[in-house]
Amino acid sequence: MGGIPHDHYEPKAAWEKGLAKRLPIVGLMYDTLMIPTPKNLNWMWIWGIVLTFCLALQIITGIVLVMHYTPHVDLAFASVEHIMRNVNGGAMLRYIHMNGASLFFVAVYAHIFRGLYYGSYKAPREVTWIIGMIIYLLMMATAFMGYVLPWGQMSFWGATVITGLFGAIPFVGETLQTWLLGGPAVDNATLTRFFSLHYLLPFVIAGLVIVHIWAFHTTGNNNPTGVEVRRTSKEEAEKDTLPFWPYFVIKDLFALAIIIAVFFAIVGFMPNYLGHPDNYVEANALVTPSHIVPEWYFLPFYAILRAFTPDVWVVAATTWITGGIIDAAFFGVLAMFGAIAVMALAPWLDTSSVRSGRYRPMFKWWFWLLVVDFFILMWVGARPAEGIYPMISLIGTTYWFAYFLVILPLLGVIEKPLAQPATIEEDFAASLSGKAGGTTAPSAQPAE
Amino acid sequence: MLKTLAVSAVAAFALATGAFAAGEAKNVPNVDFSFDGPFGSFDQNQLQRGLQVYTEICAACHGLQYVPLRTLGDANGPDLPNDQVRAYAEFYEVYDEGIDDFRPATPNDHFPQSNLENAPDLSLMAKARAGFHGPYGLGINQLFNGIGGPEYIVALLNGYTGEEKEEAGAILYENTYYPGGWIAMAPPLYGDDTEFADGAPTDLQSISEDVSAFLMWTAEPKMMARKQAGFVGVIFLTILSVLLYLTNKRLWAPDKARYKNK
Repeated sequence: MGGIPHDHYEPKAAWEKGLAKRLPIVGLMYDTLMIPTPKNLNWMWIWGIVLTFCLALQIITGIVLVMHYTPHVDLAFASVEHIMRNVNGGAMLRYIHMNGASLFFVAVYAHIFRGLYYGSYKAPREVTWIIGMIIYLLMMATAFMGYVLPWGQMSFWGATVITGLFGAIPFVGETLQTWLLGGPAVDNATLTRFFSLHYLLPFVIAGLVIVHIWAFHTTGNNNPTGVEVRRTSKEEAEKDTLPFWPYFVIKDLFALAIIIAVFFAIVGFMPNYLGHPDNYVEANALVTPSHIVPEWYFLPFYAILRAFTPDVWVVAATTWITGGIIDAAFFGVLAMFGAIAVMALAPWLDTSSVRSGRYRPMFKWWFWLLVVDFFILMWVGARPAEGIYPMISLIGTTYWFAYFLVILPLLGVIEKPLAQPATIEEDFAASLSGKAGGTTAPSAQPAE
Repeated sequence: MLKTLAVSAVAAFALATGAFAAGEAKNVPNVDFSFDGPFGSFDQNQLQRGLQVYTEICAACHGLQYVPLRTLGDANGPDLPNDQVRAYAEFYEVYDEGIDDFRPATPNDHFPQSNLENAPDLSLMAKARAGFHGPYGLGINQLFNGIGGPEYIVALLNGYTGEEKEEAGAILYENTYYPGGWIAMAPPLYGDDTEFADGAPTDLQSISEDVSAFLMWTAEPKMMARKQAGFVGVIFLTILSVLLYLTNKRLWAPDKARYKNK
């Protein structure tokens, strides 16, 4: 696969040949599992496995939770308490599902920033990147709807605020919002449809994950050098790669075991740390919580949404030019979705011919600033919109857009990249011999 | 490598920055509860004293509608003997649809709901409030001290200043720890409100702590099982990690050896 020459499955016994002729499933599994993988992948390449694990974990725990949950405004909150108190292992199951969402997003952000640093989005892997972005959007939709299901105060008011975003769209907004909610306000119709979609979307995600894997198995993995695997002969390709099984499966499982150990510590010892106390109060349409905060993984984009107040001159100008059609609320919504859209467009905005950030001396600084920016936005997203915080949000938002729309295109022109190793093998050897620069391939084989 | 570390640190930070309680509320005094920390467990005597305070005082207005009476016999809870649970349940009357009348509760019933409309249900109160915040919304205080629900209840019960005012026909009481400073609940405890069979102190701070511990149990009855599962999980996964580390090292050794010391 990936045009990388390697051994394929050869059916031997008569029944194997017979099966292969009728359904080449063994060959497909063999090729998928034995895909030649760059030897020099570092520990940031483990998040894919973590994400796959998270998806499976959420689906399995979710299916069991559904057996005990009741999607009705009068019963949902009590049914969650029923799970917590009366169902065998129910408290553990629910806490795993609840915190599993957080683990999922930790992994997806690490995975995305890995891609941004090592240029994994660049040709020929744009399709992998775009499918990844669609998965990420679906994950956010799924997580948001899942948070509504326990029918606590933050569930209810979060749903009210977020669906209100659609109400900000000019002309059709109100109709659209009513259609989404199934009524004029968040109510039973909203809860039941969110429940239905929360169950459906993970399976759509699972399908897209298969396409995501298919796409990068077609192009081959990126790697920390961004240099492609040599494809001219099988011998050369084998110097750059090792088969996914067993080398990377075991490596990834090792990393996964550590991550799940940390995860279990959080579930076991502080399961409500990442949640909000208000969600242990049953939803009440008559009492608004003093401060409505989304879950942590939405906060950077929530900060971007709130950054554009009517007094920001860009907003004022846009409102004036469009005759009030684009007001501050709609501007904020456009900015929030735009922030994800510019990230999805990274393959076409990045003009550099060098793939990996490792060999881009200027890019590095801007990239790490983007990471810091992400955390600052996450922090201000949870702060009340007063005092200095709106200004910080605005600066953070400006940098987010500037990184993708200005810095990435310009860097490709003005930056002088460093020398890249000629081959992946060279990088692998250099990392083992402890030398900074690339060296040549081994001259002698040790006696076996 | 540095980069990898930095990114992992960043990921860890993402986990640590959760629980952003909002606009900085006042932190309450920390209380050293027996159930604090990864190894803490409920003190059964304290839970039983808390149940007594709840029954004699709080239950006049408040309910515990999500708590099944039978769980009072749970080994990880107040651990009352079965006959005591049954006798306790009979204190309450529940409406039974089958006979269309009230009858004495059995252990299979739940605690009753609140008697007063504006008295919130207390089943989950210890998880529905945060006692610790910040600094600057970073969630660090909660990381080290816990979210502080039971501490908040203790602080609230001790936070009355004695000032009263009348507003829209209702009397409000000044309380240092209540958001807004004025609460509709009259001071429920004054100290020496009850006597304990085990001779435990009955000053205001002690009985507030007892009832808060009891409410932590009603909010999180499976806490002990959860911590135990977490502990077992972490140990098993740590051993598994070590085994996988060694497997991985061995697996890669032949290929890596070809490049070493060149």
